[in-house]
Amino acid sequence: MTAALPSSPPAAGAAKRQFLHDAAEHVRDVGHREFVRRALGGYYTSRDTQKARYRDWEQARDAASMAKWSAVNRLDELLPRFEAAFTANGGQVHWARDAEEARRIVLELLATAKAKAVIKSKCMTSEEIHLNQALEADGYGVVESDLGEFIQQLRGEPPYHFVFPCMHVRRDEISDLFGQHLGTPPTDSPEELTMIARRHMRRLYVDADVGITGANFLVAETGQISITENEGNARLTAALPRMHIAIAGIEKVVERLDDLAVLLPMLATAGAGQPMTCYNTLYAGPRREGEADGPEEMHLVLLDNSRTALLADAEQRDALHCIRCGACLNVCPIFKNVGGFTYGTTYQGPIGSVITPHLRGLKEWNHLSGASSLCGACTDACPVRIDIHHHLLHNRRNAARSSPDRLERIGQKLFAAVARRPWLFATGGWLFRKTLGLAKAIRPPVLSAWLATRDLPPAPAQSFRAAWKRRQR
Amino acid sequence: MTISLFIPCFVDQMTPQVGLAVATVLERLGHTVEFRPAQTCCGQPSFNAGYQDEARAVAIHALEVFAGAEAVVGPSGSCVAMMRVFYPELLAGTPHETAALDLAARTFEFGEFLVRKLGVTDVGARFPHRVTYHDGCHGLRELRLREEPRQLLRAVRDLELVECDEPESCCGFGGLFSVKFPMVSTAMAEVKAGSLARTDCDYIVSSDPSCQLQLDGWLSRQGKRPRTIHLAEILAGTAS
Amino acid sequence: MIRTAAENATARAAIMARVGEALRIPAPPPHGLAGRSTSPVDAAGHPSLAILPLEAARPWLPDGGATPAESLAVCCENLTKLRAEVFQVPDLAAAADCLAAQARQRDWRRVAWHAHPLVEPLLAGVPCVSHRIGGDAGFDKDTLEACDAGLSACECLVAQTGSILVSSQTCGGRALSILPHVHVVVATIEQVVPTLADAFDLTRERHSGSLPSMLSFITGPSRTGDIERILVLGAHGPKELLVILVGSHAAQ
Ligand code: SF4
Repeated sequence: MTAALPSSPPAAGAAKRQFLHDAAEHVRDVGHREFVRRALGGYYTSRDTQKARYRDWEQARDAASMAKWSAVNRLDELLPRFEAAFTANGGQVHWARDAEEARRIVLELLATAKAKAVIKSKCMTSEEIHLNQALEADGYGVVESDLGEFIQQLRGEPPYHFVFPCMHVRRDEISDLFGQHLGTPPTDSPEELTMIARRHMRRLYVDADVGITGANFLVAETGQISITENEGNARLTAALPRMHIAIAGIEKVVERLDDLAVLLPMLATAGAGQPMTCYNTLYAGPRREGEADGPEEMHLVLLDNSRTALLADAEQRDALHCIRCGACLNVCPIFKNVGGFTYGTTYQGPIGSVITPHLRGLKEWNHLSGASSLCGACTDACPVRIDIHHHLLHNRRNAARSSPDRLERIGQKLFAAVARRPWLFATGGWLFRKTLGLAKAIRPPVLSAWLATRDLPPAPAQSFRAAWKRRQR
Repeated sequence: MTISLFIPCFVDQMTPQVGLAVATVLERLGHTVEFRPAQTCCGQPSFNAGYQDEARAVAIHALEVFAGAEAVVGPSGSCVAMMRVFYPELLAGTPHETAALDLAARTFEFGEFLVRKLGVTDVGARFPHRVTYHDGCHGLRELRLREEPRQLLRAVRDLELVECDEPESCCGFGGLFSVKFPMVSTAMAEVKAGSLARTDCDYIVSSDPSCQLQLDGWLSRQGKRPRTIHLAEILAGTAS
Repeated sequence: MIRTAAENATARAAIMARVGEALRIPAPPPHGLAGRSTSPVDAAGHPSLAILPLEAARPWLPDGGATPAESLAVCCENLTKLRAEVFQVPDLAAAADCLAAQARQRDWRRVAWHAHPLVEPLLAGVPCVSHRIGGDAGFDKDTLEACDAGLSACECLVAQTGSILVSSQTCGGRALSILPHVHVVVATIEQVVPTLADAFDLTRERHSGSLPSMLSFITGPSRTGDIERILVLGAHGPKELLVILVGSHAAQ
């Protein structure tokens, strides 16, 4: 394999240190936070408008969640069914246990295709397996065709938000970026910037030998894969090159075509405030006899990469329902204040905080579940009813069990012991009230974290229990 | 009805007037109010940190304290949610499961109790101010209380209720989160308190003293108005 | 080095074994179900694995109209909101005039099309070079790329979402509806179906046994919001989507 890939694990606690550092930095950038919030402003309005078109959004969420629930809980039956149907349609399925295996499969397919130019449409699983680095290391030119992904590729950054990859970038930065890489004159028009990318990309679709896409759903009934996109770049990627390779996680299977009648509109409404995403395309194998065009071969890489570990956790199995709509990020106050990069994960935001510990290890990634006020906005927004914020609690519990912080554990044991003894607890309360003034002066660690940015009122002379006693007399 | 007060630990130590206001309102409505002094904490600090064995021990203590109470009413959506939603989950499969479910069914958040259980929205209060309401997340999303506090406020004489532009946003308190991730917590306070302050109101009304601590803490540090007030204090007429 | 079938089978077996092992413990039903759903429940009170039939979900989704006339109205309204341009014409002759007018107005030089009874009669009046896509000779990608507009039929239109369903079998392949700068769809009003579910029913009816290799729901012209979340039309696919609807319900 190649050297450019992240292989050796970083030092213990590095992910958490990086989170704290980046979060602090990001929070200080008030202008940027405001920019992100403004960018999302239109989303809330259009989402509410579109939701109102549903005759019963909550019941529709039931239907969507049941469709995913039933599929995820029958993967043992549906995966083989999908595979058989997909193969009957003329496609080939390649099973990949992990990222390394998936990369190897794609590289081998490119070698058999004698590919020179590869065009990609947005595919989060390829981010997950760091495919681009592997392709580039092997000398393939890869171009991301989705506008946001293209911008991120030119910037040398991963996506900031897994649905809106470059929502953090200002138009003038994009103008500079295009000027530098494509030699185009500066402009402050989003329209003109989009047209620059459009013109640049058209040649590349025509010339590419292989197109790589993701997949949003795999339909067991018909052996089709479903791809959701707005720009048309995935349509082009799967139309013009000789070979189409799709990469998808095993949890993307649904049972029936009919399930999409619920899931496709809900994905668009929840995630982007649209009635439907602009292109929802079902592919059943390569070009058929009598069809005008299409690839000669179609391959699907079916990826596990620790999804089965999440599947084995019955309590959090519903995290595999995720249709990656992005709604939970859009409403998350943590995401909006710390930004997408701070997470240091492929999947940002609430759902990323739930699944990353399963995909990459609880000990190193549990801080993501701690970095939440548990407000639950994500859970309310999720079209497939994933119990997101409660799963953060579950992760905290699992971490406390498997790798507790020693000091915290002692503190918790002490607290519980006191809280079961009313007189001790009342005495502790009294002591707290009496020493609060002093403590504010001394500033022990926990208090100083509070006092750095917030005041604390003086303690009242009397506790409630004392006041009550007096009142009853 | 005899109502047992559930006074969260920081209300006990930091905002006793809120507990007293709850009692005043309930008594005015003709109910008997009791306070069981053996009560301590709901166990949320342990539960939220992931220390469920410790939380369970505290929860069992609370079950014992409130055994046999006709109704348990607390002035914090967060602590009530702990009892209502998380005790049954925490104690599922233990000998205490039934008791937990039983307590969950008898425990209410203050405003919820008035509107849903007693069917009261007008308690005869007057408060000649412009106010906005801050939804605590646990009240809003675990207990599904959105209209109830607003119904109560709309019935208050001379009170003007306005909505802020971030009605569903969290204040950023989140218990230990506020000190484990203080910068994120503070940024959230800034967003929410900023939005509430933009309504140009005299008071921010809340049903959660923990949110009040956070919002006031930030507003006070910034030297900004307004300040928060608990719903019960308005309804009791004890607000200064 | 090519991965062998045996290697693939080994990976498959390993993953399927993990899946089987994982699923031995049943999962609780989805969190917070609105609860009014009519899904069957098993002995333990969990929703049964045989999921909600789509019939149950239909009344919760956006409305697609109860009568053909209503569906047509909803469809046109949704298409317009999506910034597609809709032209309702009484017959094919009028459709040909409509297309000719658009071609002149927009100064098209090349139009691509495919063989179809709704498409061919429209070409007569088009004042520019036309290229047929499909047929025995195949086509040249560069030629298609250079076309101003692609003219195609569709499988159906979905009122509920304002979507147009095209297929690689009946609508001139994969690229015709996506590569040219303008996509013109010609359809009869009888092709409007109320909902996505109806579109799937139709697909199954029409193509069972041999699915087209591509079926695409097109919902408005290509768009992006990637730059500051500001809507721009024509990201990579057509900037404009024109829909010529032939026929009228009133006349029947
Ligand atoms: S967890 Fe739910 S809301 Fe978040 S991206 Fe996945 S489906 Fe969307």
